[in-house]
Amino acid sequence: MAITTTHPPVAPASAPAPQMARRKSRWTEAKRAWRLHWQLYLLIIVPLAYFVIFKYIPMAFNVIAFKEYSPVLGPWASEWVGLRNFELLFTNPVFGTLLKNTFILAFYLVLASFPIPILLAIALNEIRNGWFKRTVQMVTYAPYFISTVVVVSMTILLLSPEVGLVTKGLDAIGVPAMNLLGEPDFFRHIYVWSDIWQTMGYSAVIYLAALAGIDPALHEAAKIDGASRLQRIRNVDIPGIMPTAVIMLILGVGNMMAIGFEKAFLLQNNLNLAQSEIIPTYVYKTGLINADFSMATAVGLFNSVVNLCLLLAVNFIAKRVTGNGLWR
Amino acid sequence: MSTTKIREPFRDRMSLIVIKLMLAVVLVLVLMPLVYIVANSFSSPPAVNAGRVSFWPVEFSLEAYRAALSNSEVLTGYYNSLIYAIAGTAISVSLTVAIAYPLSRKTFFGRNVIMTVLIFTMLFSGGLIPTYMVVNNLGLLDTRWAMLLPGAIGVWQVIIARTFFANSIPDELYEAAMLDGASELRVLRSVVLPLSKPLLAVLALMYTVYQWNSYFDALVYLKDPDLFPLQIVLRNILILNTPRGGAGDLAQSMHQIQLANVLRYALIVISSLPVLIIYPFVARYFTKGVMVGAVKG
Repeated sequence: MAITTTHPPVAPASAPAPQMARRKSRWTEAKRAWRLHWQLYLLIIVPLAYFVIFKYIPMAFNVIAFKEYSPVLGPWASEWVGLRNFELLFTNPVFGTLLKNTFILAFYLVLASFPIPILLAIALNEIRNGWFKRTVQMVTYAPYFISTVVVVSMTILLLSPEVGLVTKGLDAIGVPAMNLLGEPDFFRHIYVWSDIWQTMGYSAVIYLAALAGIDPALHEAAKIDGASRLQRIRNVDIPGIMPTAVIMLILGVGNMMAIGFEKAFLLQNNLNLAQSEIIPTYVYKTGLINADFSMATAVGLFNSVVNLCLLLAVNFIAKRVTGNGLWR
Repeated sequence: MSTTKIREPFRDRMSLIVIKLMLAVVLVLVLMPLVYIVANSFSSPPAVNAGRVSFWPVEFSLEAYRAALSNSEVLTGYYNSLIYAIAGTAISVSLTVAIAYPLSRKTFFGRNVIMTVLIFTMLFSGGLIPTYMVVNNLGLLDTRWAMLLPGAIGVWQVIIARTFFANSIPDELYEAAMLDGASELRVLRSVVLPLSKPLLAVLALMYTVYQWNSYFDALVYLKDPDLFPLQIVLRNILILNTPRGGAGDLAQSMHQIQLANVLRYALIVISSLPVLIIYPFVARYFTKGVMVGAVKG
């Protein structure tokens, strides 16, 4: 019976446990949890070590953004230079272009890829379950599983000025062949629309689930009131998926500055660099190709801070406007 | 309007037709690039180079596939990617369960603090260079571990797993197992994991697809071509257009230059095939996984 006595008198899950817990001191609570779950505490050591080693130590290594990093001395013993790296960065003529390219691409991507999955989900939700619906869902979902390398390769092949499908299509309507990937002005459109091609079906899944969660009685009531299909979409479906949409938008903005590297780097070439060079690709080149660790870290830190501020700002605004946020 | 009660009003039937038409257009737009690539990969090299292929193979030929499958770089890449996918998934799923399960227990002291610590890494990342320095200091550079460890645990996956454990394992089960004198690890192994097969499937699939498709870690951490995963090999051949090793003699004659071009289409098909074949069977698990995460994300 020793087991039952060590078992804490915790109320069942549904009962309001917090009040009970608050009365006890945190220390007693911790000791009891250790007696009960010591094996689990041992279990999380390795995964926690993972987070410390691969996530938190790198955060600490960001100090080299304020130092003149020397591989011999290491990040801690290297010499402090204060904000010199940031001064150099902000006064570098490249910086303005980088910032502009990154922001325009990121905003374009978030704004363009936000409404399309919603429209797709609403359209799919309107049609009856059947082979057509299944096929559309299957096919639009599939590109999500294709790697970035392959998507970029396909883009290059499709846009090839000699034999690409897009070139042929443009030729058919009288537009002369050109190397679209070599035109800086087309880089963003190529980036964003190939991304939408790839993720539209995947993103729609979340909205389809939200739509399935809408009470059918609302639709019935609207029908009885004589609402047309479009009116029902506007007044029942859209408000119903609003909370999900807000969260997806916050996540989109939160990821805005982070997702750029892989695809931008692959789509880049010397011809389109004027618009395709963004902060993450610049960090990679400065740090790993030119081995200027301090400068690259400074740029990366700047990017992370901007990203965090954006996420907090959007979350704040979303909570004010709609009452829905990522956290309270 | 002479409609019966069951039929929808005329304007609603019209809007339904418009919706179906739009979906058909989307279907065609998504499918077109895929069909174009597949059609080209099965066509003869001269037809591909002349741009005569659109949506159906011209002068059907398997030459590109034969060339791709006899390319030593591609085979090495395939082999490495398989290793990374299998080992990486095993490591990732174990570690994810090892942290998500304790965090799902209501009496686990400190769960909120630990969760905050994890979620913060989603909001603020250490950055490329500092992470590279850690990998370098650990001596993982240019080893297979560099592909397996730095991205081993996804916070999103931890959230999915934690939500699953919290919602689908009733507390009574823990109490019953305790009364039977089972230790915590025994409970996890004999009670929780057997009940969590759908979750394990979702996690395994997510991590497998991630490993199979990722190229970034390899680009940054690997220099040795013998360790390159398929995606890096693909990048070298498809995007940088620099076939080496087994394909080095390709640039000999006109025919071989043409073959090198078709090879690219075949490689796209070969590399994406494993994932696209299993995808229809696993799509619903994926969907489920996304849902679980979305509930409390």
